[in-house]
Amino acid sequence: MTQTDQASERAISGAELRLENVVKRYPGQKTAAVESLSLTIPAGEIVAFVGPSGCGKTTTLKMINRLIEPTSGTILIDGKDISQESATSLRRKIGYVIQGGSLFPHMSVAANVAVVPKMLGWDAKKISARTDELLDLVGLDPDRYRDRYPRELSGGQQQRVGVARGLAADPPVILMDEPFGAVDPITRQRLQDELISIQRELRKTIVCVTHDIDEAIKLGDRILILQEGATIAQYDTPDAILAAPANDFVHDFVGAGSSLKQLSLARVRSLDLVHPTTATVGEDTGPAVRRAEEAGDDAIVVLDDRGRPVAWPWLRQVRSNDRVKGSPRENLVTLDQAATLNDALDTMLTAAHSKVIVTGDRDKYLGVLDFETVTEHMRRTEREAAEHQLEQQEGAQADG
Amino acid sequence: MADTLPAQPAADALGEDELAPKSSARVITREMVLMLTVPPVLVAAVFGAFVWWRQTADLDSVEAQQLRWSELRSLGWEHVQLTVVAALIVVAIAVPLGIMLTRGRFRAASPVVIGIANAGQAAPSVGLIVLLFLWLDGGFWTAIWALSLYGILPVLRNTIVGIQGIDPTLVEAGRGLGMTSAMTLVKVELPLAVPVIMSGVRTALVLIAGTASLACFIDAGGLGEILQTGITLFRFSLMVTGAVLIALIALLIEWLGRVLELATRPKGI
Repeated sequence: MTQTDQASERAISGAELRLENVVKRYPGQKTAAVESLSLTIPAGEIVAFVGPSGCGKTTTLKMINRLIEPTSGTILIDGKDISQESATSLRRKIGYVIQGGSLFPHMSVAANVAVVPKMLGWDAKKISARTDELLDLVGLDPDRYRDRYPRELSGGQQQRVGVARGLAADPPVILMDEPFGAVDPITRQRLQDELISIQRELRKTIVCVTHDIDEAIKLGDRILILQEGATIAQYDTPDAILAAPANDFVHDFVGAGSSLKQLSLARVRSLDLVHPTTATVGEDTGPAVRRAEEAGDDAIVVLDDRGRPVAWPWLRQVRSNDRVKGSPRENLVTLDQAATLNDALDTMLTAAHSKVIVTGDRDKYLGVLDFETVTEHMRRTEREAAEHQLEQQEGAQADG
Repeated sequence: MADTLPAQPAADALGEDELAPKSSARVITREMVLMLTVPPVLVAAVFGAFVWWRQTADLDSVEAQQLRWSELRSLGWEHVQLTVVAALIVVAIAVPLGIMLTRGRFRAASPVVIGIANAGQAAPSVGLIVLLFLWLDGGFWTAIWALSLYGILPVLRNTIVGIQGIDPTLVEAGRGLGMTSAMTLVKVELPLAVPVIMSGVRTALVLIAGTASLACFIDAGGLGEILQTGITLFRFSLMVTGAVLIALIALLIEWLGRVLELATRPKGI
């Protein structure tokens, strides 16, 4: 393993999750909701459960934290049978993130995040430090949001708090039930980016139920595609599923336009970024404008003192002030390096610049992706695919 | 502190892609402000008019005897006592009963209990009071039991409805995060049901305050006495005084109920 690889490899804090012949049969129903499901989810990976509604994906998820008790079969976390432990103490060790956040409306943001640590008996100081840390992690300024009530937050912000609450006690396994189903597409994309970025840092074992195959492809290290009765249609990496659907069901489910789906497989980080002029909030505008003019840029990326992008004004807007001004970070649309090219194109379409700012861990600025780079990449991929196909054909002819 | 805070905090209201509502933690509508301010003003005005009339009117000896200030004060105090004690008993019985009827195996019994409470309310209040009088004899506590029985329904029903009306995903969220069912009840279900329960308490208070006028029939006092004397002696001034004072007390108690409702409502909802 090379030096850089080692540096990027972070400690896995997740635990292995294993399902063995798990069955859930509701009384009075002919077919089982979940029919003998066996599955191993490696520690530190995100596995997306997808499938049509009623396929048993949510039932399976809820059996992992025993909100639903399996009729038979064993579920093991880190090799330990979960039925050996009381359901409440088990649940305190498993993060749970629900659609829309499901925050308790009568508790402040901080109190919502603190629910599990409080039950675990942490002392107040540790809880408040942890709460602030988590709010920061999910991209909410603790000073501004800690004491607000859920009603005072937008849908996306509520969902962020929901994620923070699920992570609060640092559980090795996190269950997410359609976590981003209740927000608009752009917010959803940002939340997905952030989840990927958080996961890069934490390396938990995450099970994420979704009905959206694109979300599954984007988030999942592996995807579990389920059919009626929670029978496994295919369980593999996104690349493998797109390249070789196991059967017609999978083929139909991932969509006929699978080659276009490759757009949602290529990540922004695999492309070259450009590096326009940057400035820090509070800096004098004179030198900043001069730098930009020398570089031939017509806009400046403004960073805060933690290196996070906060604004992207045109030069004429910068000139009208003595000092470089920031604005609330939430108002700037940025893209995580783990976002897909699909997201990048989406974002460019709605942005004022036909470019998009790319960020890394904790929203740190990395550079800017422009439209030309994306189209160039697409053209290249297409060419390669065509050449590959040609080679195969030639190979087949040679064989024959 | 992190840096990005803009000079004008008002600008933070802009959420990421949508407008985040920016307001105080409690919802206070215009209607609520009116309901909180108008009744006390109205009560004060009408009571002022009554005082003026009482001081200037030409009363005969029977009327003057019945409308002595000391007499009015003690009857009014009795009326308030009847109402408040009965309401406290109602809360002490109906809220726990209501909670119990939303728990697991007792849930099936809730229609039966609601049915009984409904029947209690449908029975004429005089009948209920007289029935209890025949059984328990007269006096303050007999009246209290009758009034309590009469006021149980709204609190019981609202407790059940309030708890059942909570978004089930919130309860499941509580369970999923590892709360025991008792914790879910105390930390999630009850706080969220408080507004509905308190509105039931207010309804019960008003019902009881009105019905307490009948307590005089079983020798338990209250402002009903003025009304009763007025009717038996056919003194118009006594009848109007009794009716007006009962109405004022009912209005005042309903107002108190609203204040209580607002004060007990958890922040954030």
